[in-house]
Amino acid sequence: MAHEPPRELQALQMAVEHHARAFGLDFFDIVYEVLDWEEINEVAAYGGYPARYPHWRFGMEYQELSRSYAYGLSKIYEMVINNDPTYAYLLAANHFVDQKLVMAHVSGHADFFKHNYMFAGTNRRMVDEMANHAARIRRYVETHGVEAVEGFLDLCLSIDNLVDPNAPPSRRPEPREPVDEDPVAEEPAKLRAKGYMDEFVNPRAAMEASRRRRKAERKKEERFPAQPQRDVMLFLQEHAPLRNWERDVLGIVREEAAYFAPQGRTKVMNEGWASYWHSRLMTERLLEGSEVIDYADNHAGVMAPAPGRFNPYKLGIELWRDVEERWNKGRHGPDWEACDDYAARERWDTGEMRGQEKIFEVRRHYNDVTFIDAFLTPEFVRRHGLFTYGYDRAARQYVIADRDFHAVKEKLLFMLTNFGQPRIDVADANFLNRGELVLAHRYEGVPLRLDMARETLANVQRIWKRPVHLETTYDDRPLAMHFDGTSHSEEASTVERVA
Amino acid sequence: MVNRIEQDRKRFEDIIRGRVKKDLQRHITRGELIGKRGRELVSIPVPSIDPPRFRHGTREQGGVGQGPGDVGQPLGGGQQPGAGGTGAGDDAAEHLREVELSIDELTTLLGEELGLPRIEPKGARAIQALRGRYTEIRRVGPESLRSFRRTYRAALKRQVSAGTYDPRRPMVVPVREDMRYRSWRDVPTPVANAVVLYMMDVSGSMSDEQKEIVRIESFWLDQWIRRHYNSMATRYVIHDAAAREVDRDTFFTTREAGGTKISSAYELAVQIVEREYPPDDWNVYLFHFSDGDNWGGGDNERCFRLLREKVLPWANLFGYGQVESRTGSGAFLGALSSHVQAENLVCSRIPDRDGILGSIRDFLGRGR
Repeated sequence: MAHEPPRELQALQMAVEHHARAFGLDFFDIVYEVLDWEEINEVAAYGGYPARYPHWRFGMEYQELSRSYAYGLSKIYEMVINNDPTYAYLLAANHFVDQKLVMAHVSGHADFFKHNYMFAGTNRRMVDEMANHAARIRRYVETHGVEAVEGFLDLCLSIDNLVDPNAPPSRRPEPREPVDEDPVAEEPAKLRAKGYMDEFVNPRAAMEASRRRRKAERKKEERFPAQPQRDVMLFLQEHAPLRNWERDVLGIVREEAAYFAPQGRTKVMNEGWASYWHSRLMTERLLEGSEVIDYADNHAGVMAPAPGRFNPYKLGIELWRDVEERWNKGRHGPDWEACDDYAARERWDTGEMRGQEKIFEVRRHYNDVTFIDAFLTPEFVRRHGLFTYGYDRAARQYVIADRDFHAVKEKLLFMLTNFGQPRIDVADANFLNRGELVLAHRYEGVPLRLDMARETLANVQRIWKRPVHLETTYDDRPLAMHFDGTSHSEEASTVERVA
Repeated sequence: MVNRIEQDRKRFEDIIRGRVKKDLQRHITRGELIGKRGRELVSIPVPSIDPPRFRHGTREQGGVGQGPGDVGQPLGGGQQPGAGGTGAGDDAAEHLREVELSIDELTTLLGEELGLPRIEPKGARAIQALRGRYTEIRRVGPESLRSFRRTYRAALKRQVSAGTYDPRRPMVVPVREDMRYRSWRDVPTPVANAVVLYMMDVSGSMSDEQKEIVRIESFWLDQWIRRHYNSMATRYVIHDAAAREVDRDTFFTTREAGGTKISSAYELAVQIVEREYPPDDWNVYLFHFSDGDNWGGGDNERCFRLLREKVLPWANLFGYGQVESRTGSGAFLGALSSHVQAENLVCSRIPDRDGILGSIRDFLGRGR
């Protein structure tokens, strides 16, 4: 399938990369493949990776992509994967100016992948790794049958949002913390005796046996895990009673989920960065006069903020531009913060001109949460008309809730923290000393969807094999959900209380 | 690689089919499918097959948007966010995923689910028609059928034998005699034609719901039989105390009131078939739906005699479906099955909509 780009695209690639490097972007080699729309749909269904393990959801994705392409609803413009060399795809049917735009955009992504700290720990040979995963899973399918393997994959995928995005993908488990032993408490009660009688009143063998018994008692009481474990998948991979191939499959799904996690955590920054650079490369270096209209049309299409939905491309590019402008004009620091004269702020320009330097620094050291936290300003929110919305139960529709800076920022940060996924930890894996698993949802004001939580809990039970419990909050009251392998039950109280 | 995505797509479709099949009862008894053609797509809601995950309730979550508008102003009708693109919500309906299946595919699923055997047409070998097959080559014919390859082969042959062919300057020029044309030969192929004749009791005791049941059942019977025959005719007869032939719409909508004389319908059916569809050349299916209430006065016996002497000797299948009603006596079914026994007579009781599948299995399970 590997279609080398035709000569004119190779020349274009050289030109684009030449200009990109001149601007200071730096990336691994980029390998473009030119595909027709059926092939590109296929590659897109696999997330851009040429070899993935067999699973129906790729087929579903493919069918949806093909259908929406056939109906003219969507076109895939760019697809680029974090790897060394970086792979990117071009749609053969696109206009030359579109290819130019895509290449300029891809240069931005490639630079971001190479330099942002979130991606430092990612496997740069993921294309090969995924091919290995595919081969392994295919082998399991051959041995254990497609139903068994696919069924287990579905269970794993059901919890693939419960990885610790901060953990490097192939982290080894933390060594168990040494238990803080208390020698006094461990010493069995002694009967009082004179020194020479001690040996007979408290015989050494009996004392030793008693000490061992106490130690065992204490061990039982200790919680396992000692600390709540954020990476539920990793925990299950290490401690659930799984067969070898199951453990491997769980590890594969976890590794891929962890590999994708940084992309979810830098969506706004990454898309904004790529858009910022395609915009500068195109308008300052690459565009021909005849291509301006087509370029502007495409660019506007990508940036259009769908009403009531936030567009990471738009928010990202505007924030980058804002940061650049602020550091060009010196609009930061104590003097700027202290100034409350609107006119003076409007005119503010110290001629600092450190904008370029600043944005390159920011792209290295921030992720979406820290980026928004540090650089979203009240002026920005006002100028771009950002608002929060909520569901109005009475009117049964979504309404604009607030335009206040703090509200918008808080909501944005919430949406981006843990990329909008609920945070769920392993609280106890030996609940009631019966090997039952307790998961704890960290409630942050938004409840879980109970129907899905129920089904997911059942899937966790199928992996853990013993009864599982979930501690969450609903309607601002604690809620304990249980699944014992056959039936669900719930009470409005904490799991501990139920016990 | 294309192969690989095809495998995954196939798996996905198998899973969807499995879901549809599980709930086939509910899907096929939806009235609005009736009247669709084989390739027409119908969308069928199946429960979402995405793996469940711990998620926030989207309604409570809200989000951030961009654009003009005052606080409290609703986001416009078409702009209600799918929040985060996961398309999830609190309504049960949002867990559903619409899949599109054609009526043909649904019929296949129905066949698989009920374990229906393929229908073996009666005397198919005996009934033959001639069909043109393009297997011949001739020296004359219309230019549109010229066989390019054979023409040049003939020309090459001629040139080589005449010594005018120079391999260093390979030029082949066909002349008139080299022309070859594709042509056809008539091949006798077996054909199987079928006629399905539906009879329905429209006397006062048949309610709208019962007619709906008949409608749904006959639609699927039609679909299944149709796929086994090259061409199929359908005829409709309604009766109360007297029978008449009607078109399809009338068949399903009329409401007459009056007594019931089943034999009148059977007589008319026999007439139609004997006049227009000689049973030697046709596969004949007859289905009669009634609430089982027949007039007294020896009409039952007339019916049985007609069936025994006229219908059953040549019919592939005679199906009697009794739709249960509160008012009907339902005596006909018992009388029929005790008085007439034949391999091609099937009686089935349809208590309600849920009984439709079972009844279809009764009728078509014999593969006749």
